Amino acid sequence: MALLGRVCLLLALVVCAYGIGASIYGVRSGRWEWAVSGRRSVYALAGILTVGFLILEIAFLRDDFAFNTVADTSSRTTPTFYKAAAVWASQEGSLLLWAWLMSLWSSLALFLTRRRIRDVAAYATAIMLGFGAFFISLMVFYAQPFATTSPAPSEGVGLDPLLRFPTMMIHPPVLYSGYTLCTIPLAFGMGALLARRVDAEWIRVIRRFAFGAWFFLGIGILLGARWSYSELGWGGYWGWDAVENAALLPWLSGTAFLHSLMIQEKRGMLKIWNISLVLATGTLAIMGTFLVRSGVLNSIHAFGGQTLGVPFVALIGVLIAGSIYLVVTRREMLRTEHRIDSLLSREAAFLANNVVLVALVFVILWGTYFPLISEALTGQESSVGPPWFDRYTVPLALILVLLSGIGPVIAWRRATLANARRNFIVPIAVALATLVVLLAAGVPVKPFALAMFCCAAFVAGSISQEFFRGMHARSAMAGEAPPIALMALVRRNRRRYGGYIVHIGIAVLFVGVAASTSFQHESELGLSAGQSSRVGAYTIKYVRPTASVTPDYDSSSTQGGRELSAIIRAEPGVTLGPDTARTGATLSLGAVLDVSKNGRHVTTLYPSEGYYASEEPTQGSVGHLIGGQPVSHVAVDAGVTRDVWTAIAPNIETPQLKRIVTLGNKTLPYVHPGEGMVAIAALAAAYMKSSPQAQFHLIVSPLVMWIWIGGLIMVGGALIAIWPAPSVVRRRVTARSRARAERGLARA
Amino acid sequence: MEILIAVIALALLVVVILVVSAPLRAVRRPQDCKPEEVRTELEAAREAKYREIRDAELDYRTGKLSKEDFAVTDRALRAEAIEILDRLAALEREGEALRPGALE
Repeated sequence: MALLGRVCLLLALVVCAYGIGASIYGVRSGRWEWAVSGRRSVYALAGILTVGFLILEIAFLRDDFAFNTVADTSSRTTPTFYKAAAVWASQEGSLLLWAWLMSLWSSLALFLTRRRIRDVAAYATAIMLGFGAFFISLMVFYAQPFATTSPAPSEGVGLDPLLRFPTMMIHPPVLYSGYTLCTIPLAFGMGALLARRVDAEWIRVIRRFAFGAWFFLGIGILLGARWSYSELGWGGYWGWDAVENAALLPWLSGTAFLHSLMIQEKRGMLKIWNISLVLATGTLAIMGTFLVRSGVLNSIHAFGGQTLGVPFVALIGVLIAGSIYLVVTRREMLRTEHRIDSLLSREAAFLANNVVLVALVFVILWGTYFPLISEALTGQESSVGPPWFDRYTVPLALILVLLSGIGPVIAWRRATLANARRNFIVPIAVALATLVVLLAAGVPVKPFALAMFCCAAFVAGSISQEFFRGMHARSAMAGEAPPIALMALVRRNRRRYGGYIVHIGIAVLFVGVAASTSFQHESELGLSAGQSSRVGAYTIKYVRPTASVTPDYDSSSTQGGRELSAIIRAEPGVTLGPDTARTGATLSLGAVLDVSKNGRHVTTLYPSEGYYASEEPTQGSVGHLIGGQPVSHVAVDAGVTRDVWTAIAPNIETPQLKRIVTLGNKTLPYVHPGEGMVAIAALAAAYMKSSPQAQFHLIVSPLVMWIWIGGLIMVGGALIAIWPAPSVVRRRVTARSRARAERGLARA
Repeated sequence: MEILIAVIALALLVVVILVVSAPLRAVRRPQDCKPEEVRTELEAAREAKYREIRDAELDYRTGKLSKEDFAVTDRALRAEAIEILDRLAALEREGEALRPGALE
């Protein structure tokens, strides 16, 4: 079947080449049947890559270790769900996923636009197939997903323990959907410039895909932050990691585009700005893929190893040069006579919003690529850390949140004093009241945090006012009861009110970020069983250690397994059994922590550290069973007002425990893992008896849950905004509809 | 097994060729669909214009457009809408004999 997979890739490459040629020939010659054939090449590409992807999926599910990617990232004991998702855990599989998703989204885009802007679409087809050819070439010549080894190994290495987390397996497809959707507006934007057809039509066509890209990138970023917080053991959700930034960059520029798009639609302005944003967003998405795939920057995400950097840099160079050339040579047709009438206007607020977003892009771009630039210039690698990013992004984020409250309520063209009084008095009052309440409640004066809370309150006030006024207007015009009017208002104006809900979500999210970073209490210390530590208002007591042994076989079926069970039964507190948590760990050592506040019990937490087997025989028959990278399994008590977050790093390097491992290595043969597990059980029992001091990382963070709630609100608002209106009913233009346009159309 | 793979590969190739070449073998050419494309674009423009008119009224009623600006904007948008409706009507009159349906 690997051969069929390789055939699929070669066929896909041929289809891409044909489609590019057919599309360009069709649009240049006016022989549109060739352009249509080019479009169908995209559909064919999607079909071929679906077959290829299925082949790889089946190989994973069947444990076909003849496939190198299967052997490198899966094993017989990997749970089925993780096997299915392990396809994209490798460099090769993730490239296939990228190409496949791009072909699917491109097919959808071209199908939906098959009766519109066919000249623009033909060029866009060629560009999308160009991307397809690039990624397929990488798979054919550099990172081959269907490469095999003969004879096939009997067992695979297994999935990286850090990836054994449900949301982490959904994260790549969602994020890649965002990245690949970014290429569609880029392709159509370039197509519009090549076809010299930069009217409003192409913007209308790509809007939904730009929104889709923004939507999926946003969810992908949130999932990644959630994984970081729940799995990585450092207690944070955002570390300004290079690959985190790589996803954030196109999301920020996409956000700017979605806003400035409204200005172009309303006033016909910002055409050059919008086309530049579209091209930049697509290029940033490719650059993000470059960061993840080339391993050029140190990151927990980067796959490294493969030399994909050079082809990616070449592609990015072509994109940047091509974009600049097209915009410069078509600038005359992109000019507009309209100007912003006043700095106190909605247009100006939107423009300011764009400036802030683009400033964020530049700051993050510089900080992310600085190591590369520095190394290129000086020969020495350097990096910038979170404090540098925070110094510039925090003030910009404040301005952004404030603008998200100003934009919805400020008047178009020019805001008069009366107008400003009418629209801003309530939001300002809400913000000031919030400040007074917070100060009266004794909240410590942390300027940026307090400013963010007030800005968020301002946003809540302005958006609530918008909903109220809109509902009131609708109710007055249509004679509907307020709740009905509200539903009808949102249904008829999904884009606007869905967007307002997204703004609320942003405000809630940033409240969570501000509170959890500014008012966090953190402690890293060693505790022995029975000892306590105070973190913020909470007392955390280390009650006792825990240990569990989870062999990857039935422990009752072998002599060694029965000895294992006997040792475990003799030791209270040590558990033996199947890996129900599906962590894949051979041994887990942890703690029972009692959390109390003001003497009252709040919760009990069970953090642990998982120890995994490695493939290093030099570590010995016992040592290799726990010699892999340990993974922290954090314990969190999440609440609306605060999270209590704990992680443990047990000490297994005590002389007594090391002696068990050394003795086991000497006396137990490597080829019988069952007997090695007896030593692991003895290790666990000794750990429970001796209970050495363990290192704990304890954090109490207020309002962390508001980050996830804010994210969910944003998702809900985006779904409302993106939900398709009833399909355009093909109706005859009658005198009546003309009269309606003349007299007055359907109410808001 | 190799025979099965060869058969699947061949079937895939045949399907791809059929799908991709269908427009080249079709009796009716995409050139004939130009009026259809214009109509689709005009209808999309019409719906977008209706949405703009509703947006402008909502902006006026929620205090984001002054009465004077709303009157000017509303007049301009309705004029643009009428222009689109007139073009659609003209297309309908011209295309009474045009058979609907695209190549795809």
